[in-house]
Amino acid sequence: MFYGVDLSSRLLLGTARYPSPAILERAIKASGAEVVTVSLRREGGDARSGQSFWQFIQSLGLRVLPNTAGCHSVKEAVTTAHMARELFDTPWIKLEVIGDADTLQPDVFGLVEAARILSQDGFEVFPYTTEDLVVADRLVEAGCRVLMPWGAPIGSARGLNNVYGLKSLRAHFPDIPLVVDAGLGVPSHAAAAMELGYDAVLLNTAVAEAGDPVEMARAFALAVKAGRAAHLAQPLEPRDMAQPSTPVIGKAVLGGI
Amino acid sequence: MRIFLNDNAHDVDAATLAAALESLGFGGRKIATAVNGRFVAAAARPSTKLADGDRIEVIAPMQGG
Repeated sequence: MFYGVDLSSRLLLGTARYPSPAILERAIKASGAEVVTVSLRREGGDARSGQSFWQFIQSLGLRVLPNTAGCHSVKEAVTTAHMARELFDTPWIKLEVIGDADTLQPDVFGLVEAARILSQDGFEVFPYTTEDLVVADRLVEAGCRVLMPWGAPIGSARGLNNVYGLKSLRAHFPDIPLVVDAGLGVPSHAAAAMELGYDAVLLNTAVAEAGDPVEMARAFALAVKAGRAAHLAQPLEPRDMAQPSTPVIGKAVLGGI
Repeated sequence: MRIFLNDNAHDVDAATLAAALESLGFGGRKIATAVNGRFVAAAARPSTKLADGDRIEVIAPMQGG
């Protein structure tokens, strides 16, 4: 599904903001995710939190998708991607080039430039982008074989802000794996994305900051499966007029005034 | 020689990046490095010479979304 790697789970899960490592581990299991996102930060001389997290990640035996979270320039994102490739030993990179501090909206111009540089250097880029069709075209031109449009701003829990835009994107790129990344709040948002024909969803905060992250991970897993099944079952399009579900033919004629 | 590691000043007499990392307690750890904003692969650390005022970034895995 992603760069030649077949996965059975259509839910990708972030690893940040959980109440404890134990809850993170149980949430990952409950979600059924086969890909978890990770990041990288400065390591202190004494603090070894990075080392213990690395051991934890290895113990999961899952595929990791490192991100370039917090990068605001092409140079920063490209350098971070190189560091991530060496640290996590994977060509996969969730490419984030942030353009606006309040909405964490991607800087799509920088994103396309960084995606081109990294693709040419052998990276397999998962760009965190908007639902803009022309930007998506440029990203594919730059070498991306997966697109990850936002549902809504990161951590906002607003769901799919622009269903029409996401639908258009799906229609324009029938053969490119599409992942709704960011902004989901509740399982129905994930189901809606899957019903649109999206290949997967990527979420973090909606699970990590729920009252019960493990149970919420399970709920999202169910919603993703339900949404996918619904998509394959070809849902009805909304109609303006009512249409009786019970056949009218053969109805008893009982008169009345 | 004074270098800056993750913005903290250190006086070291190590000539290379690998030696500086070793002397500052990073030997054998799962880290990635950059010098003055440029990525330096692990294999290149022993041959990467340091100069006074160099800015070294040392990063490690962490949780992310």
